[in-house]
Amino acid sequence: MSVDLEKLLRPVDTPLPPYPPKVITLADGSKMVVRQIGRDDIPDLLPHVEALIHHERDYYDIVSVRVYAELLAYYRYRVVDEYVLIGQINGELSAIVNGRIYSPEIGMSYHTLGLKRGLRIGAHCFAAKMEYHIDVLKQEEVLIVAESPIGFRRWMIEYNLEKKFEIPHELGGSPSYSLTREIFNRARGSLIVGSRPVPQDLLDEAMEKILPPSDPPKAPPDFLAATRAKYDSTGTSIIADPKRKKVSHA
Amino acid sequence: MREVYIVGIGITSFGRLEYPLVEIASYPSVVALQDAGLDTVDHLFVANMGGGRINHQTALSSAVLDHLSLWPAGSETIENGPASGSSAVKLGFQAIASGMCETVLVAGAERMSEVNQLDATDFVATLTHPMAEQIYGITLPALAGMFTRLYMEKYGVTRRHLAMVAVKNHGNAMDNFFAHVHTRVTLEGILDDRDAETNNPVIADPLHFFDMCPVSDGGAAVVLASKEVAKKLGKPMIRIAGVGQATDTHAVHERPDPTELTAVRLAAKRAFEMAKIEPKDVNVAELHDAFTILEIAESEEVGFFKKGEGHLALERGETQITGKIPINPSGGLKAKGHPVGATGVAQVHEIVLQLRGQAEKRQVKDPKIGFTCNFGGFGNNVVCTVIKKEE
Repeated sequence: MSVDLEKLLRPVDTPLPPYPPKVITLADGSKMVVRQIGRDDIPDLLPHVEALIHHERDYYDIVSVRVYAELLAYYRYRVVDEYVLIGQINGELSAIVNGRIYSPEIGMSYHTLGLKRGLRIGAHCFAAKMEYHIDVLKQEEVLIVAESPIGFRRWMIEYNLEKKFEIPHELGGSPSYSLTREIFNRARGSLIVGSRPVPQDLLDEAMEKILPPSDPPKAPPDFLAATRAKYDSTGTSIIADPKRKKVSHA
Repeated sequence: MREVYIVGIGITSFGRLEYPLVEIASYPSVVALQDAGLDTVDHLFVANMGGGRINHQTALSSAVLDHLSLWPAGSETIENGPASGSSAVKLGFQAIASGMCETVLVAGAERMSEVNQLDATDFVATLTHPMAEQIYGITLPALAGMFTRLYMEKYGVTRRHLAMVAVKNHGNAMDNFFAHVHTRVTLEGILDDRDAETNNPVIADPLHFFDMCPVSDGGAAVVLASKEVAKKLGKPMIRIAGVGQATDTHAVHERPDPTELTAVRLAAKRAFEMAKIEPKDVNVAELHDAFTILEIAESEEVGFFKKGEGHLALERGETQITGKIPINPSGGLKAKGHPVGATGVAQVHEIVLQLRGQAEKRQVKDPKIGFTCNFGGFGNNVVCTVIKKEE
């Protein structure tokens, strides 16, 4: 008897209501459209996430590699009830956030990946993700962990999340924090911002194509390393370089 | 007094530098020595505020001197809070002016990312009065918030004016490769839009996030020399024409009018008198804008504008790079960053770049005289310098 193994491997998704897109004005005055994407859009995201997998700064490496796996799992039907929201500025991909429906009442936040730094882009998209769980899916709480100090500041401290340490989070079994409906309501208007409907021209621009990020996270200029590489580990040989012009004032 | 020239400059990127404090001080020193064309100096001053407390590094100047193989030159570490950098420049100036030294290397460095931002704020707060301020949990942002509230009530400064300083200095920093913050901000995004309150939340009312300087690592260095040595080196003749320092009460509330920055006024006056110039003669200035309000207040106290009218000059665009008196073309502490011990040296670095005509996209048109104001404590120990280009 032949068996279609793929059918056995694929979990069955619950139909979920869509996230209504919104627009947020950023500190530099630019407009970021936050919207939900589907499976078919995932291949457009993967190269931009892959590019950050070896970016060893602010935990971009670990977050990117996990986001890559989660997006791929979503694309290949290996995770159940996952959703993905993205932020776009002038059509350019600026952030990816994702999560999963753990139960009708409980959401499981996965990751927040900013593809443009600063301007609270990640924080705004994280807030949109919480909005999806609490306002759209009508869940009572979202379980959250942070994998970077920046994430810890933005989620645990800014929202003053509740400790639910007795519940291991799906991301590595770390003790969970919880964003409850009450915490979310307190954050409305301060941490949860943006407006709807999105002006048609902005929405059209976002929907037309997911453009690559023009200013992705990159290693900072490292002049100290350059000096060490060029001269020596102590930087002292520069002083003894016979080719240098020497002027004695003695 | 002998004349003193700045013959070499060096700087690191400001931001987060994952190197030991000694290297952060040494790198710009190597660059400055290379720029000067010198292989040794008579003396080294290293400005630093937190090495002993947050980096487990005391006697920093000895470590830097050894790192640079500058034995047997003399060396001292200089600590004067956020004005450490300018104090070190002043001491270097005195060493040469007095005839004691021919060449002095002045470096400033800080590595604040050794600790988290809350601890960094706590560390900086140790400069406040221990019994009248510190024990009550005062922080520099809190002092600046109270100062700003008074200033607003007295002179009509608004949040829009503060935001205008941030917009200007963030814009300038976009053209400064070494700046900590390369993020352009707009009035819409940090003040006017309904989402602005989240982009720019209150930190110490009425000051918001974009009214604050970042917590930075960084280093800067300058090489000072006597006229005889400077001539031999063949560098542009950039002279420290005036240095002024003044102090005020340690506790801010003991001042008759806390909106008066008396030490800033006196330090600037002394620097201008030594240089035999007036504030109106200055072509470019670096002022200590750890908080946006300070750029406005200092621009008045040093004499660029009448008291209470700095914000009006800002409205007229007079402090823009193309304005009458460009202020903080580097991006200032606000956006270039504020590694406390390095800040004063970095201000001098920027002025020398400007006077040499090497500031590229942020170059002020043909400046002849530059000015720095380095604000220690909360205005209780201030050092100002006048730097002049000689033809």
